[in-house]
Amino acid sequence: MSQQGQADTDQLIVEKEVVDKVTARFGEKVKVAYVKPRRIRFNVSKDHIIDLARFVRDELGFDHPISVAGVDYPKNKMIDVVYHVGSCTNERYRSFVLAFAVQLDRDDPVMPTLTPVYRGVEYHERETFEMLGVIFEGHPRLERLLLPEDWADIPPLRKDFHIKGREE
Amino acid sequence: MGVEMGRERIPGFELEGRDEDGMDRGILTLSVGPQHPGSGHFRLIVKVDGDMIVEALPDPGYVHRGEEKMCEYRNYIQNIPHLERPMIADSCGILYPYVLAVEEICNIAVPERAKYIRVIMAEINRCIFELYWLGIYGIFLGHSTMFMWPMADRELLIDLAEMASGARVTHAYFVPGGVRNDLPDAFPEKAKRHLLYFKNRLKEYKDIFYDNPLFQARTVGVGILSKEDAINLGATGPVLRASGVEHDIRKVEPYDVYDELDFEVITMKEGDSFARAYVPWLEMYESVEIALQALEKMPSGPVRTKLGPNPKGAVGEAFKRVEAARGELAYYLVSDGNPKPYRVKLSVPSFREIPVMAHLLKGAKLADMPSIYWSMNYWPVEADR
Amino acid sequence: MLRELLSPKRESKVADVERPANFNVLVGKLSEVLVRAVDKPLGYAINWGRLWSLWPVHLETACCSLEFGAASGPRYDVERFGIIEAFGSLRQCDLMVIQGTVTRKMAPRVRMIYDQMPEPKYVIAMGACAITGGLYFDSYNVLPGIDGVIPVDVYVPGCPPRPETLIQGCILLQEKIKRTRFR
Repeated sequence: MSQQGQADTDQLIVEKEVVDKVTARFGEKVKVAYVKPRRIRFNVSKDHIIDLARFVRDELGFDHPISVAGVDYPKNKMIDVVYHVGSCTNERYRSFVLAFAVQLDRDDPVMPTLTPVYRGVEYHERETFEMLGVIFEGHPRLERLLLPEDWADIPPLRKDFHIKGREE
Repeated sequence: MGVEMGRERIPGFELEGRDEDGMDRGILTLSVGPQHPGSGHFRLIVKVDGDMIVEALPDPGYVHRGEEKMCEYRNYIQNIPHLERPMIADSCGILYPYVLAVEEICNIAVPERAKYIRVIMAEINRCIFELYWLGIYGIFLGHSTMFMWPMADRELLIDLAEMASGARVTHAYFVPGGVRNDLPDAFPEKAKRHLLYFKNRLKEYKDIFYDNPLFQARTVGVGILSKEDAINLGATGPVLRASGVEHDIRKVEPYDVYDELDFEVITMKEGDSFARAYVPWLEMYESVEIALQALEKMPSGPVRTKLGPNPKGAVGEAFKRVEAARGELAYYLVSDGNPKPYRVKLSVPSFREIPVMAHLLKGAKLADMPSIYWSMNYWPVEADR
Repeated sequence: MLRELLSPKRESKVADVERPANFNVLVGKLSEVLVRAVDKPLGYAINWGRLWSLWPVHLETACCSLEFGAASGPRYDVERFGIIEAFGSLRQCDLMVIQGTVTRKMAPRVRMIYDQMPEPKYVIAMGACAITGGLYFDSYNVLPGIDGVIPVDVYVPGCPPRPETLIQGCILLQEKIKRTRFR
């Protein structure tokens, strides 16, 4: 266990390197949420997310989209959209998962799509659209994906959607 | 362009390439599935020009059961049984990252022996899945022997899993803090016997399937995925490695005891359906090797850390990924300090293969569709969650 | 019995039967007798034919299809009971095995497929989800059992049922067919 801990603190040097490169390029526009062993998360506004995505893909080699997750926070009146990307080509950052998140207004969740940067996120974004009602501007096909065609309720992963009989 | 009634079956989908008088210029829209021998519980809308697929629109969601919402109503332990249901052929693989994420969120230490047992079970499950997949691939290509052989050998490995966990396919064997129960005393010996038999048997698979000219005729050179496309489209697992990318989470970011075991990452350069079918076969060799090594190295001791009732997580989030049989499987777990997770997001390999499939089917022949579709390692239940 | 019908009373005249109204009655009763006479052997033969050639339609709804596949594998080999070789064309099938969870998106399709199958048709609900919703009883997208959509003949419980249980369910269905009266 202690060896693992030692290795982790050594690794954090590389994580800092990624953070430094991003902050050197973007400065105040990108906030660092946390730096953990092999996991880094940035918070960014929706105006700069495409620039950030292009930068980490082209300059840092994070070219492998893993997941897009939406998290609903009704108390803060916001929806978090978190992109997770990994690296397949850059040996140094291979074990890393980089997350960059956008905080959107819960009543008007609109953000630009990242499909021009990562083609693989197309279906993840469609899923986020129907599960949380986030609208991705410029998405090639923003439609129903998993839910039945006649779904008429609010998006199910919002926190004010309750499973029948399980209202708290 | 106006859309007539009845033409528009899917919202937002309209038939293209129509002349002014309303006649189609040879573009035909076919709906393949959900009841179709060439697709599982999944629909593919393909537009064909003659025999050529112009566009393929996957339409998943026939098994969407709302796992992610259900997770928010159950505590960390209660979530285990229903989270392995999306992929019961590889039920250890799909539960593995969840257990790792809960351990990080709740700060639970795992005994050394449990780590080895997890690796053994995960590798046995990998073989169980790959064999099932190979059998169905055989049925898709009209090769009945290819269905019967893997199905028969799969039962031997299921026997091992059943001996350890008590259930044929839905083991619920991994729990936060270790595994549910220790292996029976007779397990290592029986496991070695079955695994060695299975390893010898694998050689015959090459003779009868992969060297088979009919199998090669239907798969070699079909659906070629380039390395750049594979990465940018987010392909994982055997699909990614068949395109020449050496990316395996067990090597890249070793979890549990994979860094102490010796194995190789299998890659091929071709990127066609045959390579995607060949890589899992080579990987089964590695899986057997890993399981045998882990059986040798396994220490004795406890297998489970005792947890209090209803463990609470720290406020924060965890992102854990493992290499399941179909590829990189990740869980994104957000906790707000309650015994129930605030948000659980499954990033499953099958879902990530959907854009790859749509990309590959474009420009392929209609007759090659089953070959491409099933070489994707696509499992509809897992993709829909 | 035939004799009785032909001449219910000894003393009645033969001319009575020759009258058109009485003759029609006679023919009607005669056909009933004939049907009764051939009903048992013919019904047995037809049921026997149906019994050993049940063809399930190739329709998967969820994860129980895995054990369905294992059941047709070499170890369990359900084909020795004359069932289960999943078949593509639903026009030639007479058995529908609902393999697991039926979601709201799938339910109309299941009904559509059921309606297209020719009579007679039988349904096996396989797995806890197909019976009551199972583990997914509180999910927003899962039906609480298939029997609100199509009539079910045999329920096979389990999550998923072992192949042996599926075989038992098939044998129960065969018993049921054996007792069906042919019309």
